[in-house]
Amino acid sequence: MNLLIRHGRVIDPANALDAGADVLILDGVVSQVGPGLPAPVGTPTVDAGGRVVAPGFLDIHVHLREPGYEYKETVATGTRAAAAGGFTGIACMANTNPANDTRAVTDLILARARVEGAVRVYPIGAVTRGLGGAELAELGELAEAGCVAYSDDGRPVMNSALLRRALEYAQAFGKPIVSHAEDAHLADGGVMHEGIVATELGLRGIPATAEEILVARDIALAELTGQRIHIAHVSTAAALRLLRDAKARGVPVTGEVTPHHLVLTDDALRTYDPNAKIAPPLRPKRDVEACREALADGTLDAIATDHAPHALADKEVELDQAANGIVGLETAIPLCLTHLVGERVLDLPTLIARLTVGPARVLDLPGGRLTPGAPGDVTILDLDREHRVDPGRFYSKGRNTPFGGWVCRGTAWMTVVGGRVVMANGIVTVP
Amino acid sequence: MGLKRKDLLEIRTLEPAEIQTILDTAASMKEIAGREIKKVPALRGKTVVNLFLEPSTRTRTSFEIAGKWLSADVVNVSGASSSVMKGETLLDTAKNLEAMSPDCVVIRHVASGAPHILARALRCSIINAGDGMHEHPTQALLDLLTIREKRGHLEGLSVAIVGDIAHSRVARSNIWGMRKMGMTVRVAGPPTLIPAGVEELGVKVSHRLEDAIRDVDVIMMLRLQQERMTANYIPSLREYARLYGLTLDKLRGARADVLIMHPGPVNRGVELAPEVADGPYSVILEQVANGVAVRMALLYLLLGGRSAEVAA
Amino acid sequence: MTVREKAQVLDEQGIERALTRIAHEILERVGGTDGLALVGIRTRGVSLAQRIAERLRAIDGAKVPVGALDITLYRDDLGLKAEAPVLRATEIPFPVSGLTVVLVDDVLYTGRTIRAALDAVMDLGRPRMIQLAVLIDRGHRELPIRPDYVGKNLPTARREIVQVLLHEHDGQDRVVIQEPGA
Repeated sequence: MNLLIRHGRVIDPANALDAGADVLILDGVVSQVGPGLPAPVGTPTVDAGGRVVAPGFLDIHVHLREPGYEYKETVATGTRAAAAGGFTGIACMANTNPANDTRAVTDLILARARVEGAVRVYPIGAVTRGLGGAELAELGELAEAGCVAYSDDGRPVMNSALLRRALEYAQAFGKPIVSHAEDAHLADGGVMHEGIVATELGLRGIPATAEEILVARDIALAELTGQRIHIAHVSTAAALRLLRDAKARGVPVTGEVTPHHLVLTDDALRTYDPNAKIAPPLRPKRDVEACREALADGTLDAIATDHAPHALADKEVELDQAANGIVGLETAIPLCLTHLVGERVLDLPTLIARLTVGPARVLDLPGGRLTPGAPGDVTILDLDREHRVDPGRFYSKGRNTPFGGWVCRGTAWMTVVGGRVVMANGIVTVP
Repeated sequence: MGLKRKDLLEIRTLEPAEIQTILDTAASMKEIAGREIKKVPALRGKTVVNLFLEPSTRTRTSFEIAGKWLSADVVNVSGASSSVMKGETLLDTAKNLEAMSPDCVVIRHVASGAPHILARALRCSIINAGDGMHEHPTQALLDLLTIREKRGHLEGLSVAIVGDIAHSRVARSNIWGMRKMGMTVRVAGPPTLIPAGVEELGVKVSHRLEDAIRDVDVIMMLRLQQERMTANYIPSLREYARLYGLTLDKLRGARADVLIMHPGPVNRGVELAPEVADGPYSVILEQVANGVAVRMALLYLLLGGRSAEVAA
Repeated sequence: MTVREKAQVLDEQGIERALTRIAHEILERVGGTDGLALVGIRTRGVSLAQRIAERLRAIDGAKVPVGALDITLYRDDLGLKAEAPVLRATEIPFPVSGLTVVLVDDVLYTGRTIRAALDAVMDLGRPRMIQLAVLIDRGHRELPIRPDYVGKNLPTARREIVQVLLHEHDGQDRVVIQEPGA
């Protein structure tokens, strides 16, 4: 597909670009970026009208729920949600049913994506069989099938010896392991952050230490094996201290953070709202501030939503019984623009870096930049557009978000995948 | 002047003046228990549903008597708490009940926050009869009434609450209630059973029973919540009873006129020696009597005015 | 609601005399203080009952038991007011069965308070007889209730308010008619 995007403010952190320019995509691939580009006759043209034109955003932590939990989300609905939210590529986790621990499941996901996917889908395979934490999955086969990384996300790999073997074994395939760093024993039974709010609400808490302990362990194993570990959804100041220190020492470790951990504190649980129940839990202010700092200074490489759709029945129960997770694809950009850039935590190019080149580097994904030859994926932002979060209008099947009704300033205006417009003005258009 | 609210979910958000109103009203209602015909027509025609999804004979009976003495129609619904086991969610159960137009639902549930779910979803009044580890407001109110009766006032008195504070909704409600009424509160127990950040609620923490009970006006012993504990909070019942159980011997270090309280049921020989539970300092039975009065007062204050629907 | 005083209908002496006369009338009609009890309806009825009991003692020498009745739980308008009315305690520390109970209230108006008081007393036992003494009867009955002893009959308009002030509660002894408005 060909597409010419005119008159945009092109911000491409990978190429240190922030200037008025046009972007020309030919045959689904970036051809040229520069002012006043000529295009072949008949090339579809989009006038960005001064809006921000960035490499297509990547979300490397999404739960598509298919196979097995199609009542919560499918590849079709999840990728539409991604397109609506301004994402051109997503990496999907392995905690499906059956788990993505064999090529059969990877093939299924990729087949669905080919036929029904609105954006690019990069499957993440399981580290252990059935996510049981006991036996290695066939990492080689998973890599051959197209998995870009391995993760038991949803659960930690508690057995350190097993994780070490996994890291060593995965070396042959060059794919990183993504770690859900939460000590299962310390976290057992907890539904929110352990602190004064949990005490007042009479809810069992998960101490920050549950994250700190496994992050320390993961960093040590990355050091021991020399293999890459990426820490999913970091949420505590303690873990960030360890991450910063490890990076300074040259340990191959990276980290991501979710928008909700950058915006909400554990006070969000005060109304016992099951839509605020997540793992890792929302933390107190000082941890939120530490996450913001770490995102700004690069200790955290990427923003990833941990998009976790659930059906109403899974959430509208007593807090102890409610499923963990928030949908994030369709709220990420408005929230980040309003509360990170708008509150001067990050400047816009840094935010864009954390959504493009940052995640691309973590998982070695094509894209995240507008270099000629890169995939023709573009996200165009409207920084002034006021946007009220309305879960009733989500493309995702999941409506579980604590941000319903929030008013934000700034949204994704257009999503382009391989030169084809898949979202314009909030409407997803996929054949 | 009733309570300007639809529900009684927690002490934490009550004003001291509201607590005062509830206690005064309860005190006025006590004489009904002494009558031969224990009935007044105040809530005639009102329906109160006791939705007890966590086992409790004592509290449920207390609410039932309270409703019946006020001439309300009381319906008891009990069952397993886990909505997963029942197959029907709490919300579904409640909406089904609402279709039968109750004026009030009294709920006890194993999950903290369950009454809040009902209060948001139902139009009728909701009274929290104990939710998980969160609060047990009527217990704290009857405790305050008992202390006020015995001592004549509340402000300036000191209380030691001893036991499994971390998992106790009675402790939480009492801490809120007592602090609001100007009392000093100490909590004592094994460090593993003291919840994170509890000092921020304005209480002093002690790990020794003997220190905690010295010079206080009231000692409140909590039931060791066996059913709520997962492993390894304490090494054994034996050690707990030895260190934190209240015996006559340990009482020697307390004031001569100290009041001993317990929300019941008592684990005799664990947190309270039988001689103490049955002894002269104990006001445990008064607590039970006051429980009916407090629950009558609440039903009257919440339902004795125009229903929320009509008033809206 | 602001009210203004329109007229005074009884001064301190007037109240004295009325209560004394009522005490004599009770003795006469009931035939002595045996088996007699006074139950004042909260709040001012209680003070009036105590004053009548003092006079009975002065005249007859006997101590007539006095109880205090709160009729809030028996009101027929519970559930019509926005909030539950303030509840005070009922203190009748003697059994009422078999006694002649004289209810005492300050103002008799629609009769609904007395109807509630009758129900309340009947819930406590079975008196031999119940009679009613009021300081002021202002008319406008809505139920078939009539007083046995009246301090003063006072025709009033519905919009008027009859306020009995007693030194036990209000620091002065007077009965006044008030009208809403400045």
